[in-house]
Amino acid sequence: MTAVSMPGVESAPYTVEEVCEQFDPVMGLEVHVELNTTTKMFCGCANAFGAEPNTNVCPVCLGLPGALPRVNGAAVASAITIGLALNCQVRERSGFARKNYFYPDMPKNFQISQYEDPIVFDGYLDVPLDDGTTWRVEIERAHMEEDTGKSLHVGGATGRIHGADYSLLDYNRSGVPLIEIVTRPIVGAGVRAPEVARAYVTALRDVLRGLGVSDVRMDQGSMRCDANVSLMPKGTSAFGTRTETKNVNSLRSVERAVRYEMGRHAGVLLSGGTIRQETRHFDEQSGTTSPGRPKETFADYRFFPEPDLPPLEPSADWVETLRARLPERPWERRARIQTEWGLSDEELRDLVNADALDLVADTVDAGAPPEAARSWWVSYLAQQANTAGVALPALAITPAQVARVVALVAEGTLTNKLARQVVDGVLAGEGEPDEVVAGRGLAVVSDESALTAAVDEALAAQPAVAEKIRAGKTKAAGAIVGAVMKATRGQADAARVQELVLERCR
Amino acid sequence: MSDITRDDVAHLARLARLAVTDDELDTFSRQIDAIVDTVSAVGDIPDDVPPTAQVVPQTNVLRPDATEPSLPREAALAGAPAAEEGRFRVPRILGEEL
Amino acid sequence: MNELLTLDAAELARRLHAREVSSVEVTRAHLERIEAVDGNGDGDGGPDGVHAFLHVDAEGALAAAEAADRAIADGGPASALAGVPIALKDNLTTIDMPTTCASRILEGWRPPYDATVVARLRAAGLVPLGKTNLDEFAMGSSTENSAFGPSRNPWDLSRIPGGSGGGSSAAVAAGEAPLALGSDTGGSIRQPGAVTGTVGVKPTYGTVSRFGLVAFSSSLDQIGPCARSVLDAALLHEVIGGHDPRDQTSVDAPLPPVVEAALAGARGDLAGVRVGVVSQFAGEGYQPGVSAAFTDAVRVLGELGADVVEVSCPSFSYALPAYYLIAPSEASSNLARFDAMRYGLRVGDDGTRSTDDVMSLTREVGFGAEVKRRIMIGTYALSAGSYDALYGKAQRARTLIVRDFTAAFETCDVLVSPTTPTTAFPIGERADDPLAIYLADLCTIPSNLAGNAALSVPCGTSADDGLPVGLQVMAPALADDRAYRVAAAYETARGESTGPRIPELRALEGSR
Ligand SMILES: [Mg+2]
Ligand SMILES: [Zn+2]
Repeated sequence: MTAVSMPGVESAPYTVEEVCEQFDPVMGLEVHVELNTTTKMFCGCANAFGAEPNTNVCPVCLGLPGALPRVNGAAVASAITIGLALNCQVRERSGFARKNYFYPDMPKNFQISQYEDPIVFDGYLDVPLDDGTTWRVEIERAHMEEDTGKSLHVGGATGRIHGADYSLLDYNRSGVPLIEIVTRPIVGAGVRAPEVARAYVTALRDVLRGLGVSDVRMDQGSMRCDANVSLMPKGTSAFGTRTETKNVNSLRSVERAVRYEMGRHAGVLLSGGTIRQETRHFDEQSGTTSPGRPKETFADYRFFPEPDLPPLEPSADWVETLRARLPERPWERRARIQTEWGLSDEELRDLVNADALDLVADTVDAGAPPEAARSWWVSYLAQQANTAGVALPALAITPAQVARVVALVAEGTLTNKLARQVVDGVLAGEGEPDEVVAGRGLAVVSDESALTAAVDEALAAQPAVAEKIRAGKTKAAGAIVGAVMKATRGQADAARVQELVLERCR
Repeated sequence: MSDITRDDVAHLARLARLAVTDDELDTFSRQIDAIVDTVSAVGDIPDDVPPTAQVVPQTNVLRPDATEPSLPREAALAGAPAAEEGRFRVPRILGEEL
Repeated sequence: MNELLTLDAAELARRLHAREVSSVEVTRAHLERIEAVDGNGDGDGGPDGVHAFLHVDAEGALAAAEAADRAIADGGPASALAGVPIALKDNLTTIDMPTTCASRILEGWRPPYDATVVARLRAAGLVPLGKTNLDEFAMGSSTENSAFGPSRNPWDLSRIPGGSGGGSSAAVAAGEAPLALGSDTGGSIRQPGAVTGTVGVKPTYGTVSRFGLVAFSSSLDQIGPCARSVLDAALLHEVIGGHDPRDQTSVDAPLPPVVEAALAGARGDLAGVRVGVVSQFAGEGYQPGVSAAFTDAVRVLGELGADVVEVSCPSFSYALPAYYLIAPSEASSNLARFDAMRYGLRVGDDGTRSTDDVMSLTREVGFGAEVKRRIMIGTYALSAGSYDALYGKAQRARTLIVRDFTAAFETCDVLVSPTTPTTAFPIGERADDPLAIYLADLCTIPSNLAGNAALSVPCGTSADDGLPVGLQVMAPALADDRAYRVAAAYETARGESTGPRIPELRALEGSR
């Protein structure tokens, strides 16, 4: 074993700029996305994150003898939808295949996947880069498959797979639908390769979130990226040997992993070494990669057509129905919203960063003017979320409820101050805004006779002030207004009270 | 035609997770060689004949995305050679060979 | 011998419905028969009997029988076969009995669910007696590959009862059960039926749910009935058949009218029915007594009014090689799940070994030689270097065989052949020659590859050894009724009632 391939002792001796003086990087990105269907890919068990171990399992997803897979139609629809959003062709006839290899987290010791005939293929995604330009990433294919179970490694020093005494397996995730999206080789990005990688995964995440087909949480593993990197000497066109880096669990890590591997490859190549085709693991702490267990033998998955499942032939009608439901691409939607709402770049960025764009849009859709909707979410509600230590979308209030509060203010039933109390009530679980208004007795006192009576009473209580007003010292009215507001516990419209005071003293 | 050696059998056995004995390497290489010779008769068939993987007449057989009862955990674990904390206990796993 | 043990299921059902006999009586009689003749020869002093059963559930059977009796008395849902006992091949999952596939690797495993066919039997009030022996994971044609010892042919206990479903057919032939279920991947219902003098049916692929059938070769496996008469088989076929959403290869179409066809066949003639004799299924390798019995059966069909013609299916010569590539390939994948992690045997987990090592040791110890051989052949056929030349070509062979059937069924309503080239051979005779055993399925395999319906009906005995011979009747996919009609007509014309005729077993019975 040469020094350069020893785990743990490598550093990335070259910066991306240095690498690109002599090499052109080539990347391939494989992204696995867990669909958020109600049930698993091939059985009726709940597709849920975080359940008690082995409670969402059945003969099918445990691979018990005699059990047969049954394709989830919603997963197929999601796969086609994803393909359409990525400008892919939908294959007229596709089918499932078995990928055979032994691993304890895979109950059948084969994965039902797709092989020669992925359901969608030949697409692209135009990825926005930081400088406002666009990079087209070509999609080779996206196919359906099933996820594995999860193992917990017990004993040893680290709780990691190496050095563990034994492992404990939970098959709740076994059979969760996955879509694997594979790019064609990304060539020509040069020093921007790490940025392009991150931008692609970001754009993909945004598109998938917009489609509503996945939670796309890299931290929870519902979106996982493997990055293939190789270098070819400048001026040549034959790809170098690639490495595949797994365990890349955040957008930032995608960029770091590509950057690190580029530098490492260059280090190996320039010192006269050769790159070994292997799987490497990314370490979030150090930002470096280390090799996985070397392959005992050439991986031979012995793919063959899955005999338990008939072929898929999505009808043109079905495909067109799904196409018609495609939402705008997230960045196109953002551009449209910015124009429609008249937002500055900064305001838009704040909305996006606060995860508030969808909430505001939904509030607008529920009838609120954009400015009012935006103001509620980025100020008062953002403060409440901050105080409660939750993300804005997790607040216990819906865009429809916010829109109702905005409407109540607009129609004069609530003052802004009262409206905040109504929102507090909703957040406290006191019901819909109207219920909170009734329950807390928060509506502005708009009954003219009651208000007039209150004004008369206050004038009678302070005859000296009343006299001043009658004498034309309208500024003195403030004292009476204050008394009325106090008497109505702030639920009167102060401007109207002022008017009434002056009227009664005329 | 075919020529299945002891090494080939050892390789196949490794792929198939069978800890075959030395004696078996001999017997199996002889028998598998004979069988492969016989079944290789299909080699005459021209490649312009399309393959048939299954004889199912239907396509697009899809299940509605509605939950069905899962197994009670005790039933799921009942057949396990070893279980712990509601999970299947298995020997130490070598790193992924993927 | 108790008369209840010799009756056809249809006659038993009639008496049960007429309340001339109770299901408990019938069930008890069969349990006693099993006790008398089913010794496994394990050296415990009991007789070396048929050994059709791996597990007998007397308590469960009697409880089911009582329930059937109550349902019949209440005039309740009692289906045609309510109260009739049945034996189940031990590769069907049962929630109340072990399912072992005759393998050490699954010894004692109790599935948490019933196969669809088992659930349907229970719902129809049939009485499961127990689980029958088979070649391990249904790989074989003699039941000698059972990890728990071979079954024996009731006609001659020194001979094989066929396989893989030798236990089911032997139980029916020996009067241990009036009905049984088998699974047929390359002939595993029909060939044992032929060599035990019973009826065995492989329905059209996709018309009987495979959910809960432990898979051997998924694109070929099909569950079907074992019985003593064509009508009995049809009655059972109707109980287990029909669409099942738990199996997505299950055909969503009405079951062919098999019972009507069996009844019509038994009544009527075969005027105008075009019967094709497949010329490839004759000649070298066919035992003279088998050929003679077959020729005589064809003569009878002619006398019944059938138009007998000869048809040629030249690609059938590829059937055996294609089968011995496709079945092991699928099996190598299907049997990968037996890995000592979640259920079944675990060997060598001493705290130091890795999962890989424990898997390999367990599979080495838990699987028998034939299973290991087929797993390796399948692994080989699917591997990158040989896929195109082996598995890929086998799939192309399948296309040619389908085409031959399609062409033959353009001119014929059914095709006929001997079910198997020879009668039952002595146990151990072909033990060291896997290729010799594979020949037993020569005539049955094409219908598995093409997915069409096929059955075996007894056609007398071979003059050279006095052992039963089977007539195979093949029909197009989803036209199972045609095979039933022809077989029933033939069975009636032959006039000989089947039912257990097992001289040696009488001695066993006497020794009890
Ligand atoms: Mg994959
Ligand atoms: Zn499940």
